[in-house]
Amino acid sequence: MKVRLLDIAHGRSGDKGDAANIGIIAYDENGYQIIKKYLTAEKVKNHFEGICFGKVERFELPNIRALNFLLHNTLGGGGTVSLKLDAQGKTLAAALLRLEFEIES
Amino acid sequence: MKDKIRIASGQGFWGDLIDAPIQQVTKGEIDYLVMDYLAEVTMSILQKQFNRNPKLGYARDLPELMKKILPICKEKGIKIITNGGGVNPVCCADAIIEIAVEQGIKNLDVAIVLGDNIKNHIEDIIKSGCELNNLESGESIRNYKERLLSANVYFGAAPIVEALHKGADIVITGRTTDTGLTLAPMVFEFGWDFENYDLMATGTIAGHILECGGQASGGNFLGSWQSVQNLAEIGFPIAEAFPNGDIIITKHEGTGGKVSFDTIAEQLLYEIGDPAEYITPDCVADFTSVQLEDLGNDRVRVFGIKGKPATEFYKVSASYSSGYSAVGSLTYSWPQALTKAKAASEILRKRLENLKLDFDEIKAEYVGYNSCHGPLSNKLDEEQLNEVTLRFAVRTSDYSAVERFGKEIAPLILTGPPSVTGFAGGRPRPSEVIAFWPALIPKSYVKPEVRILELK
Repeated sequence: MKVRLLDIAHGRSGDKGDAANIGIIAYDENGYQIIKKYLTAEKVKNHFEGICFGKVERFELPNIRALNFLLHNTLGGGGTVSLKLDAQGKTLAAALLRLEFEIES
Repeated sequence: MKDKIRIASGQGFWGDLIDAPIQQVTKGEIDYLVMDYLAEVTMSILQKQFNRNPKLGYARDLPELMKKILPICKEKGIKIITNGGGVNPVCCADAIIEIAVEQGIKNLDVAIVLGDNIKNHIEDIIKSGCELNNLESGESIRNYKERLLSANVYFGAAPIVEALHKGADIVITGRTTDTGLTLAPMVFEFGWDFENYDLMATGTIAGHILECGGQASGGNFLGSWQSVQNLAEIGFPIAEAFPNGDIIITKHEGTGGKVSFDTIAEQLLYEIGDPAEYITPDCVADFTSVQLEDLGNDRVRVFGIKGKPATEFYKVSASYSSGYSAVGSLTYSWPQALTKAKAASEILRKRLENLKLDFDEIKAEYVGYNSCHGPLSNKLDEEQLNEVTLRFAVRTSDYSAVERFGKEIAPLILTGPPSVTGFAGGRPRPSEVIAFWPALIPKSYVKPEVRILELK
């Protein structure tokens, strides 16, 4: 079965130096079990090919049904140096919600 | 001891809704108004203003705001805590006292917290054995000290608590953590022990929720954002704190926006790294311990929070000048809007190359097509694309190269692809690029100083 992250989760993103953080929150416990199992650091790294040039760290927050990702070397030098329109990675949470992936039904 | 206190967030950054603090002090009962004015870049801007005029260097919105809220706060006994003192808390406090005098206010104690500004002590700090190595690159600050625009230590709640104990009605700090502004009144009112790290983490996390203003109460909410009512009159968040460490996040009745499990969860995740190790000068807070209970009616209980002892260090944020950048844009219409914009970008690159201008970075983005999500953007049938804006940016240490780039945008209107518009703002001007230097300093190297200015 194919799942689009947008349909099971929401989130917020921002900058930490040249890294972007993306917090993803599942709408319910079932959704959390899905993202916990399938939304790996590797999947996120592959999704952001051409945007994230460093490693991706992943942290679990089961208390709020959330995962936090830290995408290193992503913002073109960081908030004030970057030439990107989205220098602070504000739209990257939405970009991650584009992700579609197969799950066992 | 009070059985609860209400702490209201009045600003999420310098430039936030000007009237939000006025709403907070008039639309319901609160005990404290806390206002965060300082983003990283703000300190360097304020330092530049101070260098030009030693009477400046603080958030200049603050005295203007005080004209409107000081009489109300004085009458209701609302205390104000803000880091809007920037690099010049003394002059900020003077300006506020001047306003209080104008308004005939008496018996006002304004506290200032000093000691965070280490820009003039870098040499001594290095001599004492702290190289202020860059946390990311590991490099010593030695080679950058001539280019430093600002250098500040982040203090926590402790000096604010001291100021409140000394009777302050208003506390003006320089670089204090956003979270310390909210934690401090809890420690002061409830007599919390600085070594009770669960309570320190509780106040810290309440501060993290409050520090971005409306972003906790329905603003920038990516969940069911259309379910948020009346953002036009958004109520900024309020933390109701209880002596046992229970916190309820809410907002004034009748205001717009939304406080729910989902809005608070989003704000909890904002700009954090390892959630189990959220480091502040007051404690290390564990965001994986936070429990949220949505009580309905824009009330969310926040509880169960665990913390650990603070580290031996303060964080330092220094900024330095790192060249110049400029951004120009032109808008192309259907048909072939994207193809035209891309052609214009190529022409511009070629012209810059012919001029032998050397840039560290050149970036072209297509606003309306892929500027936010880059290669993740949907591929479009160009026939469906009504218009696109070419956003072209350059950066280098050579001011004249950036200035010359600014002169190459407008000519594209008469010498590039057709159906182009949107060049009304004049030539893009070079702006100074400010880079940041994050570092650590042992706490023993700096000491916060609290001064009280009394208006009798």
